[in-house]
Amino acid sequence: MKKASILMIVGPLFLLGLYIFPLWSIMLGAPQYPDPLGLNIHISGLKGVSEFDIQNIDGLNHYIGMQTLPKANEMWEFGAFPIVIGVMVALGSLIGILGYLNKLSYKWFLGWFLIMSVLGVLGMYDFNEWLIDYGTNLDPNAIMKLTNTDGSPMTYKPPLLGHVKMLNFDVTSLPASGAWLMFAGMMLTLLAAFLGWKNQKTVKSRS
Amino acid sequence: MKIYNRLIMTLGTALLLVSCGQQNKSSNGALSSSAAEKVYVAPGEQDEFYAFMSGGYSGNLTVYGLPSGRMFKEIPVFSQFPTSGYGYSEETKPMLNTSHGFVPWDDSHHPDISQTNGELDGRWIFINGNNTPRIARISLSTFETEEIIEVPNSAGNHSSSFITENTEYVVAGTRFSVPIPQRDMPINEYKSNFKGSLSFISVDPEHGHMDIKFQLMMPGFNYDLSHPGRGKSHGWFFFTTYNTEEAHTLQEVNASQNDKDFIAAVNWKKIEEYVNNGGGTKMPANYAHNLYDESTHTATTTMKKEVLTVDPLKVPGAVYFLPTPKSPHGCDVDPSGQYIIGNGKLSADLTVHSFDKMIAAIEGEKFDGEAYGIPILKFEDVLAGQVKSGGLGPLHTEFDGEGNAYTTFFISSEVVKWKLGTWEVIDRKPTYYSVGHLMIPGGNSRKPFGKYVVALNKITKDRYLPTGPEMEHSAQIYDISGEKMELIYDFPTHGEPHYAAGIPAEILAPKSKKIYRLDENKHPYAVLSPTESKVVREGNEVHVYMSTIRSHFTPDNIEGIKVGDKVYFHITNHEQDFDVPHGFAMIGQNTSELLVMPGQTKTSVWEPKQVGVWPFYCTDFCSALHQEMQGYVRVSPANSNVELNWSLGE
Repeated sequence: MKKASILMIVGPLFLLGLYIFPLWSIMLGAPQYPDPLGLNIHISGLKGVSEFDIQNIDGLNHYIGMQTLPKANEMWEFGAFPIVIGVMVALGSLIGILGYLNKLSYKWFLGWFLIMSVLGVLGMYDFNEWLIDYGTNLDPNAIMKLTNTDGSPMTYKPPLLGHVKMLNFDVTSLPASGAWLMFAGMMLTLLAAFLGWKNQKTVKSRS
Repeated sequence: MKIYNRLIMTLGTALLLVSCGQQNKSSNGALSSSAAEKVYVAPGEQDEFYAFMSGGYSGNLTVYGLPSGRMFKEIPVFSQFPTSGYGYSEETKPMLNTSHGFVPWDDSHHPDISQTNGELDGRWIFINGNNTPRIARISLSTFETEEIIEVPNSAGNHSSSFITENTEYVVAGTRFSVPIPQRDMPINEYKSNFKGSLSFISVDPEHGHMDIKFQLMMPGFNYDLSHPGRGKSHGWFFFTTYNTEEAHTLQEVNASQNDKDFIAAVNWKKIEEYVNNGGGTKMPANYAHNLYDESTHTATTTMKKEVLTVDPLKVPGAVYFLPTPKSPHGCDVDPSGQYIIGNGKLSADLTVHSFDKMIAAIEGEKFDGEAYGIPILKFEDVLAGQVKSGGLGPLHTEFDGEGNAYTTFFISSEVVKWKLGTWEVIDRKPTYYSVGHLMIPGGNSRKPFGKYVVALNKITKDRYLPTGPEMEHSAQIYDISGEKMELIYDFPTHGEPHYAAGIPAEILAPKSKKIYRLDENKHPYAVLSPTESKVVREGNEVHVYMSTIRSHFTPDNIEGIKVGDKVYFHITNHEQDFDVPHGFAMIGQNTSELLVMPGQTKTSVWEPKQVGVWPFYCTDFCSALHQEMQGYVRVSPANSNVELNWSLGE
């Protein structure tokens, strides 16, 4: 149980990486952008991969009537996410410490993992909602109003995951280093729960 | 007819076979497939070297890639350049100020890249204006001219602009000797009355700012070319001279009478010390110093009123003359600093002086007389060797860093490769035609990059499709990585490249600027946000503070301008994206358009003469809506009371 608890203490700490590294990144390459424009999504706001990328993405998107990318104070998520992550890190490590002191069982480890997973899925859902709004809520006075082959107005929702060809742009959306750290941390807590469960089984079978 | 065609085809095939068979022996520059591979830079790939070629009578500097021979840019230096508005915009007009007023042109000759410890460091490139003596410094991060200093007491600024091995000085010597100070006197009293000035211009190690440290007042010869000592000879500078006859007319004949002219060896370290200790004579002068500030995007002119002159006789041991046959032209120093090569342009042979022998002769005081008090060393005492080339009219020599030298021969139209020390000729290849300078990247530094040599020719004739009587000059690239030189490419060059300077792309490319930062723009008329755009009247002057971003001007409608006004359009490009300039042109303007780089501010003046509504537009195809990037100015009669008004999207 000691080994499992140590993993449970360490695992959530990996989530602290989200305060430094981006959670997600969307890259936009085009013939005239051999060095692609890039958007890094941090839990606290959006940043350009290169310094002026946000300004340049906004500049291009105004032709097709897309909104400008939100500033940190324009979306409640950028205020809430850092707090949620902070609470979850503290909670997870606390559970680990209490497990180390044999005050809690491995089930709490699993519980933390499940809550974190639910939060993660909710976060993805929320992110996707924003992508839909960003890509479809277009200015009716847009300079270029394009239609699909079936005559419906063209929309520009970036993919949640993977690659899409959008007009002249290749748009690729992938989890970034922060997300990989979170994933690794969560796997450690899952491993902690598994070790805790195995440990309990051996204790039980011995007694 | 069919038979005739077939005959031609057969003949053609036969010729092809013959020429393929002779490929290796071929000396007429037939393009073999291996040569094609050597110069082929595939689409999307980049060249190995930058080559900066002087523009000669274009007054500018062109940037090429090697080995492809593709031209990347023309950098305006001494000449007005309507393509970008250089010399037309209010910010850059001061760059062309001189003591003779605004001089919109010059003849640019010899570019030289800054060095540290005798190796190319790629911070700046310097080039001389030959006609109205000036030296320019160009930034190698923006590829723009940043500074031009006029050189007083000089005329035909030809033995310039060569730098010492730590860029301590950029050196400018006069081709014409003139009365110093200038005065009204009979031309035929030239002899012993005219003087030749050699200017040592210090370069600030941090900003590169130039200042004339001292001018050495030499006898009235013609100072043709020069190069610094390096390595062991660092601290010395070598100048070829001709017209030691001091002829003032028909120099073609009269300046070609002496069997030997001189290479002047100048110990500038000694003179620097003399000057630092208060030596030299301050002399009244009047010359322009034009400095461009990257943060204000604006040049200013300061007229300087004094220059420090040095009489070489007052500094013992500072100057010696090395006798050199037949009006030497190029003066080149090998990478070790040991050999000083005088290219006697009226002879067949090259004269190589030894630095060690020169020092020994000076120490032994073995002089062969003097000229105007300056000791002449004995030819035999300083001679390291002579290259019996078999060519005619040697002009310039460069080095590959492997112990070989490459000399151009103007009259016999060839490049000759020879070995330093043994003086044996290794190879010779024809040029097309009448080669002047040649260039190996770093070929006149301690560390040459001896892969290619470029021959810069004076005569083109039949090399390209004919374009009437006037043609661009031709250049040839030779692969010099092997024992024998191989002609691999032939391409036209812009203007008349005299000298050129090359540098590996990996030194320059990573630090080439992509944009100017708008938040660092300190131009007094810049608008950093479109909301700051405005139009301000000050009497007859109207200042339009205008911004641009894809794809509109702010403001784009202006009313209340009157006939007789002087309208200044101060245009700030708000783009912060690589390669998105905006242009500006106003109908009927008596000046050029402007090309404004991202983050930059430039100013264009318009003096409307007719009532009406007059359009302006963006001249650079900036975006899909470039054709919509336009605006109107309403011009009312001089006595009208139309209010000043400006707007966008109303």
